Amino acid sequence: MKVLVPVKRVIDSNIKARVKSDQTGVDLANVKMSINPFCEIAVEEAVRLKEKGAASEVVAISIGPSQAQETIRNALAMGADRGVLLQTDADPEPLAVAKLLKKVIEDEKPDLVLMGKQAIDGDNNATGQMLAALLGWPQATFASKVEIEGNGKAKVTREVDGGLQTLELDLPAVVTADLRLNEPRYASLPNIMKAKKKPLDVKEAASLGVDIAPRLTVLKVTEPAKRQAGVKVESAAELVAKLKNEAGVL
Amino acid sequence: MAVLVIADHDNTHVRDTTNKTVTAALALSGDVDVLVAGKGCDAAAAQAAKIAGVRKVLVAESDELDEGMAEAFQALVVPLMANYDAVLTPATSQGKNVAPRIAAALDVSQISEIVEVVDASTFVRPIYAGNALETVKSGDAKKVITVRTSLFKAAGEGGAAGVEKIAAPGTPGHTHFLGQEVVKSDRPELAAAKIVVSGGRAMGSAEEFQRVIEPLADKLGAAVGASRAAVDAGYAPNDYQVGQTGKIVAPELYVAVGISGAIQHLAGMKDSKVIVAINKDADAPIFQVADYGLVADYKAAVPELMEALTAAGK
Repeated sequence: MKVLVPVKRVIDSNIKARVKSDQTGVDLANVKMSINPFCEIAVEEAVRLKEKGAASEVVAISIGPSQAQETIRNALAMGADRGVLLQTDADPEPLAVAKLLKKVIEDEKPDLVLMGKQAIDGDNNATGQMLAALLGWPQATFASKVEIEGNGKAKVTREVDGGLQTLELDLPAVVTADLRLNEPRYASLPNIMKAKKKPLDVKEAASLGVDIAPRLTVLKVTEPAKRQAGVKVESAAELVAKLKNEAGVL
Repeated sequence: MAVLVIADHDNTHVRDTTNKTVTAALALSGDVDVLVAGKGCDAAAAQAAKIAGVRKVLVAESDELDEGMAEAFQALVVPLMANYDAVLTPATSQGKNVAPRIAAALDVSQISEIVEVVDASTFVRPIYAGNALETVKSGDAKKVITVRTSLFKAAGEGGAAGVEKIAAPGTPGHTHFLGQEVVKSDRPELAAAKIVVSGGRAMGSAEEFQRVIEPLADKLGAAVGASRAAVDAGYAPNDYQVGQTGKIVAPELYVAVGISGAIQHLAGMKDSKVIVAINKDADAPIFQVADYGLVADYKAAVPELMEALTAAGK
C-alpha cells in the first residue's frame, strides 16, 4: 500500500506571527519556517503504518518555493521514502493545492492520502476535504486513530464535537490528522544524513497545467484589537463582588 | 441573491450556532433559507422555522445525513446551489467536514471561519491562530462560507417560515458508519455556554480536575473547558479543549483556573466578555488578557470562591 503525505512549509509554531505595517500580510522575512505541525503528525502516522507493515511506500509531497525542499527532507528524515516538490512562488489557495495534488495522485496512484487537518498559517482546514471531493474519494477528517484493515479498508476514529466517531472507508481515501493522532518523533542525526540521499523530484507546479490563480483577493491584513489587562483582586470575595456589581455577569 | 444555511442540530433541537449563522447570512441577503438534514428531524425543522428572518426551511432525511457523512452532504447541497448564491455553515467539526467538499465540487474557494461580513463578497477571518485578521474579497460566483459563530449574535425567535421536504440523494457508499461515542452531560454546551470554567495543567491529575473544576462549573451553571496542556496530559477529555485547535468560545464570563495562557489557548477564548484568571504565577500571560486576576494557588482560591459565591446567593 502506497501512502502519499502532503506537507507544507509554514512559520514555526513557536513564533508569533507579526503583521506587516503596510497591512499586506504577515512578515515572514528572516522568520524561522518549519513543517506544519499537523503535516508532521501525518508523516509520523504514515511512517508508523510502514513500520507495522501496513504501508509499503511513503511519498512526501510539498507545493511551495525552493526552500520547501527542506520541509520534504524533514519528512524523509522521519522515514518517508521519497519526495516530490511542485515548485511555485505563488501561495496557492486550498482549492488550487487540491487540484495540483489531484494531478500528482493520478500519476502516483496512492491507496491513502494522509495529511494535516489544517495549516497553521491560513487556518483554512479545507484542502483534504477538497481533494477528496475532486477525486470522488471517501474522507475521514480530524483522525485520532487510523487502522488499515487489510481488505482494502481503513478504520478511522474521528474527533467530532461532543465525542468520537468511527468510520470505515473503502480505499483509496483521504484522511486528515488531528492533534492527538500521535506524537511525532525527532529525526535522528543518522536519519537526517540518510534523508539527504533519498530521491527528491522537483517539478515546476506550472508544468502540471492546473489553473492555480487565486479566487480570493486579500484586501488587508490587520492586527486584532488588543485586550487590555484588567485589575488584580486580593481575594475570592472581592472577585465575586466585582463580578456581581462591576461586571454584572453573575 | 438567496443564501442557504446548513443547520447544526440534533434532530430534536436546532443549536444556537445555527441562529448565529443565520445572523451572518442575513448580512449577505434578506432571503435566507435553512437546510435541516438528518433523520426524524421534524422538531428541529419546526424550531428552525421560528428563527427570525428565515424565509424557508428545507428538510432532507437519510441515515447517511444523520451520520453526518460528508459525501451525503455534498450530494444534497451541490445541486441545491443552483438556487443560491452562498451557503453558510457554522464552523463546527461537522461544518468543517462538509463545507470544503461542497466548495470543491462547485469549483469555488471556501472562505473559512469568518468573524465579520463586510459586504456580500467581502469577509474578515482570523489567520495565524488569530494573531492576524485577513479581509478577503471572493471573486467566485458562489460563496461557500464557514462561520466562527462566537462572534455573531444569535438570531431570535419570531419567524414563521414554511417547511419543505426535499429528497436526499444517495452516495457512492464508500464510507461506512461504525459508531459514535457521545459524551452525555447535563452542563451547557461549551461553544454556546454563557459561563465557561476551564482548568489547566496545574490540576495535575484527572481526579483533581474533576474535584476542583466541575463543582465550580456546576455552581455557576457553566460549561467545563480545559487548556490543551490539560487535555494532552489526560486530565480532561478532548472535546473540553478551548483553543485554536479546539473549541473557540466567547461566553459572558470565562474563568481560567491554573491556566498559564499560551497563545494557543488565548486564541480560543480572548473574545469572551469578561475573563477571570486564577493562577499562582503573577507573571502568567493569562493575566495580560484577564479583566480580573487573582494571584493565588487554586487549591485555596477555588474553595474560597465557592464560599463567596454561596454567600452571594449562587
